[in-house]
Amino acid sequence: MDSSSYIAKHVVNLPKSGIRDFFEVVAKMKDVISLGIGEPDFDTPWHIREAAIYALEKGKTHYTSNLGLIELRRAISKYVEKNFSISYRPEDEILVTVGVSEALDIAFRALVNPGDKVMFHQPCYVSYSPSITLVHGTAIPVPTFAKDNFALTAEALRAAWQPGAKLLVLNLPCNPTGGTCDRAQIEAIAKFAIEKNLLVLSDEIYSELTFEGTHTSIASLPGMQERTIYLHGFSKAFAMTGWRIGYACGPAALIEAMMKVHQYSMMCASILSQEAAIEALLRGEDGMKSMRDQYHRRRDFIVRRFNEIGLKCHLPRGSFYAFPDISVTGLNEKDFAVSLLQTEKVAMVPGTAFGANGSGFCRACFATSYEQLIEASNRIERHVQSLAKKR
Amino acid sequence: MKPIVKLLLEGGSLNTAQMAQVLKLSEADVKLQLDELKEQRVLLGFRPVLNLTHEDSGVVRAVIEVRITPERGGGFNRLAERISRFDEVESCYLMSGGYDLLVLVNGASLQKVAAFVSEKLSTIEGVLSTATHFMLRSYKENGFLLEGKSEENERLKVAP
Repeated sequence: MDSSSYIAKHVVNLPKSGIRDFFEVVAKMKDVISLGIGEPDFDTPWHIREAAIYALEKGKTHYTSNLGLIELRRAISKYVEKNFSISYRPEDEILVTVGVSEALDIAFRALVNPGDKVMFHQPCYVSYSPSITLVHGTAIPVPTFAKDNFALTAEALRAAWQPGAKLLVLNLPCNPTGGTCDRAQIEAIAKFAIEKNLLVLSDEIYSELTFEGTHTSIASLPGMQERTIYLHGFSKAFAMTGWRIGYACGPAALIEAMMKVHQYSMMCASILSQEAAIEALLRGEDGMKSMRDQYHRRRDFIVRRFNEIGLKCHLPRGSFYAFPDISVTGLNEKDFAVSLLQTEKVAMVPGTAFGANGSGFCRACFATSYEQLIEASNRIERHVQSLAKKR
Repeated sequence: MKPIVKLLLEGGSLNTAQMAQVLKLSEADVKLQLDELKEQRVLLGFRPVLNLTHEDSGVVRAVIEVRITPERGGGFNRLAERISRFDEVESCYLMSGGYDLLVLVNGASLQKVAAFVSEKLSTIEGVLSTATHFMLRSYKENGFLLEGKSEENERLKVAP
């Protein structure tokens, strides 16, 4: 029996994540300094972990409401209003999910009919395009460019737009580029969304990690809250990736639709993660700010080093990723990443893992210790110099 | 806070060459700044944080609550400084609450610490009383956990 003949066609055709390919190579090597990790190097602050232990001791081992614990939804409502100036009702406008990944997936499943067109900017997080494919939608990538510091522009949106486009996915600040938009740019995007009657899915998982200026959420702009599903979570800012906990906020009708999918597939997010999330929101702000400040200083260091080395690197205004242009080495991003790994044992992720227009770039995560960043930058320098000699 | 002070706090055990790279200074400038900090008594020095529980010749440590008489003009300072100067005294703090000074002391043996308390500390004029607590076991030293060392968490080497 050919078991693979049972696999659905659209899954067969789904490409494997470029990150996965690279992971296989790196996993086999020893003593690698990895700048390839998309998560904080900090463990979750102890008070948050301890809150989960306490919850476990208290017997919090049961299902929660499908929407999530009301205490958590209330805390989310207050937090989002205080920090991002958007007001959501805890009762019916907030849904707690298993990370932003689930929130995005159920949003697509709740909104996309086969063939519906979904716009998203590229380079981008690896799962956007496949998630659209999985709901039989049509993915429309919109390029962002180094010359704009990888901010999404209304012009690029207009150029990529196709009649009938229904959804626009935003991820600002962006993984992998660290690019984000200032208020004027967000306003231009909002204007475009209203003009073209687009519903916006805004993945703002890196919003707290904004180093210059303040983060503007598109949902906070006039006329946008009714056409935005705001997605956020705890993974990055609170160093809680393994807890898998996030949330979606939006108009009640849309949250209700997403909740239907969520209730039949996931039931609810883990109660322990929800309890931990409450602690993070109520008492985690100082710890979060301290981590952000450390990322900020490490960013300044690594970006300066890339530019010194001759790998042109824009200043990422948010996230913990630098996205240097490696084309000066004469290699493409894959060959550069593989040769760097083999000769100097430093891992960076080839930019094309995040979409075709990541070509010529590599992603370097600076959520790692100074020692590692210093050593990695010195090794990259040596490698770039030796490549220059060979040419 | 000065960048170099932040780096000292965050950077773990970076050497001056590494610090120079992070701060975009010459190594000489880093040394100069460190010297300045020492001169200003901001940077008091460096000491290793050791776990001596497995050493045969471990040290005996005690915390001592000391009540003293404040003096007109100087308050607690003169006596506190005098007590601080003993080699046995590792740290000395003025406290609010039921006693005045918290004194951290170490010595080679219980007898030596006891002798310090009974012969030196409590005989100083102005010292009203002492209460000595010997430390039995240490769980955390200057931010480092002693046992159950935070396991090398198996972070994936590449993740989205």
